[in-house]
Amino acid sequence: MIKLGVPSKGRLMADTFKWFADRGIQLSKAGNDREYVGRVDGIDGVEMVLLSAGEIPRELSAGRIHLGVTGSDLIHEKLALWEEKVARLAPMGFGHADLIIAVPAFWTDCTTLHDLDAVAAMFRARHGFRLRIATKYHRMVRHFLAEHGVADYQLVDSQGATEGTVKNETAEAIADITSTGETLRANHLRILEDGLIHQSQACLWVSQTAAFSAADVAALNEVKARLT
Amino acid sequence: MAREAAIRAETQTLLERFEGLGAQRIEAGILQPADTLLDLYGEDIRGRAYVTHDPLRGEQMLRPDFTVPVVQMHMAENSEPARYTYAGPVFRRQEEETDRPNEYPQVGYEIFDGSDAARVEAQVFAAFHQALADLPLRAVMGDMGILRAAVSGLETTPHRKAALMRHLWRPARFRALLDRYSTPLTLPQDVVTGPEIGLRSAGDVSDRTALMQDDAAAPRLDAGERAALEALMAIAGPLPEALSALGKAAETMSAIEAPLAQLRARVAALEEVGIAPGALDFEVTYGRTSMEYYDGFVFGFTAEDMPAIATGGRYDALTRVLGQGRAVPALGGVIRPDLVTDLRARA
Repeated sequence: MIKLGVPSKGRLMADTFKWFADRGIQLSKAGNDREYVGRVDGIDGVEMVLLSAGEIPRELSAGRIHLGVTGSDLIHEKLALWEEKVARLAPMGFGHADLIIAVPAFWTDCTTLHDLDAVAAMFRARHGFRLRIATKYHRMVRHFLAEHGVADYQLVDSQGATEGTVKNETAEAIADITSTGETLRANHLRILEDGLIHQSQACLWVSQTAAFSAADVAALNEVKARLT
Repeated sequence: MAREAAIRAETQTLLERFEGLGAQRIEAGILQPADTLLDLYGEDIRGRAYVTHDPLRGEQMLRPDFTVPVVQMHMAENSEPARYTYAGPVFRRQEEETDRPNEYPQVGYEIFDGSDAARVEAQVFAAFHQALADLPLRAVMGDMGILRAAVSGLETTPHRKAALMRHLWRPARFRALLDRYSTPLTLPQDVVTGPEIGLRSAGDVSDRTALMQDDAAAPRLDAGERAALEALMAIAGPLPEALSALGKAAETMSAIEAPLAQLRARVAALEEVGIAPGALDFEVTYGRTSMEYYDGFVFGFTAEDMPAIATGGRYDALTRVLGQGRAVPALGGVIRPDLVTDLRARA
């Protein structure tokens, strides 16, 4: 049996169920709604495992699940050299979100990464510490800023309500996921013109490390056939 | 295990060699306070060093190199002149290159000495050159002082020079800054604004806006000057040829005369200790991306298909940062005894 990891909650789970149903694979929760046991109909040799979306990259990378549904942002953030550990079978067309860098809207002198770098240098000189950027996407943000030669900043960890950190004075800028930008506007933040780090959406991934028996390969091929 | 024993023996030989040159043997802790290293290197160091956490002491790092603890120790306890040698593992997180080790040994030799700079630089280089004399290595030198002098000599505003100087170690941003200063600047128009929030104040915003207006009004960087800077940065080759190219560059770029005179004095001092310039390479931008605390003379010994076998240079600015007001001319370098062992096994 190949194991398919599916986000266990909310909109992402419902969209995943619908996406597979459109391809003739019916996923459902067995028993009552609180139970995390899955049922798969319409295809043989596949079982469903309900997992937190954030844990699916790790499980794919460890080869404990063969297939998994999760956002490309989480794959890129959580897996170093992700191309060696997972391959993308299909983008799924939902769960769209952009990882962006945003600064207070009233910073009218700061619209680009060049400005952010210059602002960081002045901020450090005046305040004695590096300009703080709140995020939970440490690896992607660090890599992006290094690539663009932005210096004199530090990342501070924020696992939620990141847009509020500037007002609360625990950060000067943020790097976070946004889909409509409404939360950013409500918190008086503005996206830098060249501050798009990654455009994420939910994707179906296949593990490059999991063991596949002959029967598993047949099941995987059947899944692939349904995607076209 | 034969390799491990050979590395230990190589390490011992190197330590004894440096002790024979008057160095005092010292140790440094494997765990280093993260804040000092973060303050020096910025967020990038997190991608390259192991950070660990202790509820009482906060963030700690597995030492990514010895230079910082050695400089701290010297600045706190000792006076010049002083020479040190040390050996032990350093730890580097590898996110991209899985075939590189995340723990490897280094043997180092560091000198804190404010006397005749050229003579001390030649001594340090000669110490490494002699230690590696029997290996087929390319010896390459550079000098961050030349690029720094060239930038400070540009016909442009102090603000722009400071920005370029700050990004000497980041070639992509350095080039982007040169591009920016070479074309007419347009200031952002009709920017969405909002209420003042956070630590950075409206006063900070208006101060920088004024700087941007000054910058937009300042003349563009002269195309000829920029071309001369680019040509200078491209100088690389055998040391004698590089010296004549630098001499030619100095005819139009008088700012580099002083560091060039220092380089010539260094070469003369090298010849005095028996190192012929013809066998050395010189690159103006050598070490520009990887050796970020070096601010003057830099050097390396390299072999095909391997990371650098030895690297070193002058780091006067680092002593100023770590010296709490005191600064000392300082330089030194490290050798990888593991790579030396592998090279010997190849031969």
